[in-house]
Amino acid sequence: MAQGTEPHMQIVAFCCRYCAYAAADLAGVLRLTYPPEIRIVQIPCTGRLDTLEVLHTLEHGADAVMVAGCLEGDCHFQRGNIEARTRVKRIKKLITEIGIEPERVEMFNMSSAMGRQFAEAAQEFTQRITALGPSPLNAERREKTEIIEM
Amino acid sequence: MIVAEQKPLEEIKSLISDAEKVLVVGCGTCVTVCFAGGEKEAGILASSLRMSTKLDGAAKEVTQITVQRQCEWEYIDPISDQIEEVDIVVSLGCGIGVQAIAERYPKAIVVPGLNTTFLGLPTEQGIWEERCAACGECILGLTGGICPIARCAKQLLNGPCGGSQGGVCEINPETPCAWQLIYDKLESQGRLNLILDVQPPKNWSTSRDGGPRKITREDLRLAAEASE
Repeated sequence: MAQGTEPHMQIVAFCCRYCAYAAADLAGVLRLTYPPEIRIVQIPCTGRLDTLEVLHTLEHGADAVMVAGCLEGDCHFQRGNIEARTRVKRIKKLITEIGIEPERVEMFNMSSAMGRQFAEAAQEFTQRITALGPSPLNAERREKTEIIEM
Repeated sequence: MIVAEQKPLEEIKSLISDAEKVLVVGCGTCVTVCFAGGEKEAGILASSLRMSTKLDGAAKEVTQITVQRQCEWEYIDPISDQIEEVDIVVSLGCGIGVQAIAERYPKAIVVPGLNTTFLGLPTEQGIWEERCAACGECILGLTGGICPIARCAKQLLNGPCGGSQGGVCEINPETPCAWQLIYDKLESQGRLNLILDVQPPKNWSTSRDGGPRKITREDLRLAAEASE
């Protein structure tokens, strides 16, 4: 496992305000560590996240995208997280056609009390993406990085 | 509305393979509401093309713009600058829009990003079905509002073919028998007498069979153009 002092991967986590962002915040309050590769963006609901925004995120340097929302059935806006899951499925198909591994975009569900689970999910996703290496779009970074086979 | 589907990414890439600068033009009318070629889809396609061509080792410069409708000159005239700056235009309009841009900009290379499929409506969110064949001689008044030209696989005018089973077309089990629908509708309205009259063979000359069609309304023409 590559452990550097500087994060060499960039993973954007779109977290819904009501659950996932609160869970991430709780992870911070509990002083739980999670990889610095994770850059959190708060959105009102994962249902708000558009396909184009995820594509732009990958296009402009992100190696992976986490989409984190409420537990299914508990979405503050009723069905936003369910719409997001369908959208993430479509995005995976789209990025496969483009030439990017579908594993680079993933949906997570958690409640606002799940600070530990946020940290674990962030850790696990970062490990998975580190094993894949930087996005194929980030050619220069890819050349400099040692790809670790899991 | 006109219903269309976006072409596969690989096919669009092959259409633009020789170009370096690409303009994706979306359309804000029919193809927006069938989620094939609106502003959002134009943005998604442009981003997909930029990323995909970069991964192929030959990154293309892809920009996008969306107009209200591609099928009217007044809406496509304002994008002349953007069209002049690129090597190729991918139109996400229906076939009409693609041709309108090609006709208005004779020097531009215009390729279609969609396959225009049919005239229809969304029966529920996410599902579109054909309803009109644009035959030029509408007989919906005789068939309870159900079109036997668009919805009957054999385009029969005088009742079912006899091959349907359980109200379903013998050609496609997913298609309801149009004449079953017509019969049920007229029966529920007590108007079955409408289908007792035998319809003569259809005059297809008003349909596409008669060649490309044109409508001229002299009362709507501008005086200057009318006098040409």
